[in-house]
Amino acid sequence: MYKIGVMGDRDSIYGFASAGLDVLPANSGADGAKLLRQIADDYAVIFITEKLASEMETELARYRDKTTPALIPIPGVTGDTGIGMANISKAVEKAVGADILK
Amino acid sequence: MAILNVNPTRMELTNLKRKLVTARRGHKLLKDKRDELMRRFMELIRENKALRQQVEQSIKEANRHMALARAVMNDADIEASLMMPMQEMSVEVTEKNVMSVMIPVFETTLKTADGSDIYPYGFAFTSTDLDDAVKYVSDIIPLLLRLAETEKACQLMAAEIEKTRRRVNALEHVMIPQYEETIRYISMKLEENERSATARTMKVKDMLLQQAHSYH
Repeated sequence: MYKIGVMGDRDSIYGFASAGLDVLPANSGADGAKLLRQIADDYAVIFITEKLASEMETELARYRDKTTPALIPIPGVTGDTGIGMANISKAVEKAVGADILK
Repeated sequence: MAILNVNPTRMELTNLKRKLVTARRGHKLLKDKRDELMRRFMELIRENKALRQQVEQSIKEANRHMALARAVMNDADIEASLMMPMQEMSVEVTEKNVMSVMIPVFETTLKTADGSDIYPYGFAFTSTDLDDAVKYVSDIIPLLLRLAETEKACQLMAAEIEKTRRRVNALEHVMIPQYEETIRYISMKLEENERSATARTMKVKDMLLQQAHSYH
């Protein structure tokens, strides 16, 4: 049985607690990476604010080829980088060779 | 294209021919796999993109409600209201095999039986904006999970497509031409050997005849 978590700055994520998701506050990429390594086995899905996700991209890449956890960037309150959409384009590019969805 | 470093023997030739047949069949199968993976991937990635747009919009909306709530109530109160969540969501992960790519399927269960049991506070001292925000967030959770599923599946499939494409290309442009060239090289070498053997026998026969004629 796995859990679902939300990671990011406190303001962006604590609303998710009421829906039954675990709130995992992390303020910098380094914090997030450390936390992620500790908890990766317990969670099936971790939503990460785009700001934090773009700060810990190398760490996220480690989990890209594994079935769990699915690390999904979501927009936060501030500092969105559009990394979520960029990831989709990247996947298309990887599979097709060019971004054909533009 | 370089030929393989093998002895030009009949046995080697038979082996290579067998390998060529296997390589061709493998190539065809992998090509089919790649095409089918690609088809499914395109379906999924379109869904993924639409979902993401929807989710990003909804989260922004939820954040707006949250900001409103924060404007009306003080931070400590909000914090206290949300501190002890009613719900606890856990998820069962099963794997689905799509063209030998294992993609996850999430099945969520809530701690309490009533899914609408989302407000972890009494309504007396909180603003309705907070209710709105909480409702909004819990409404987008199914969407978020669907997004997580498709996005993960897309990542895994993209990796598999890339791998398969490499294999197809390696077979098509390296292995198969190499086998073909080597087979041609060996069969030519064998024919050449045969011809020189014939020539040698004729020569020997000539010499023998010569000997026989000049004998008496």
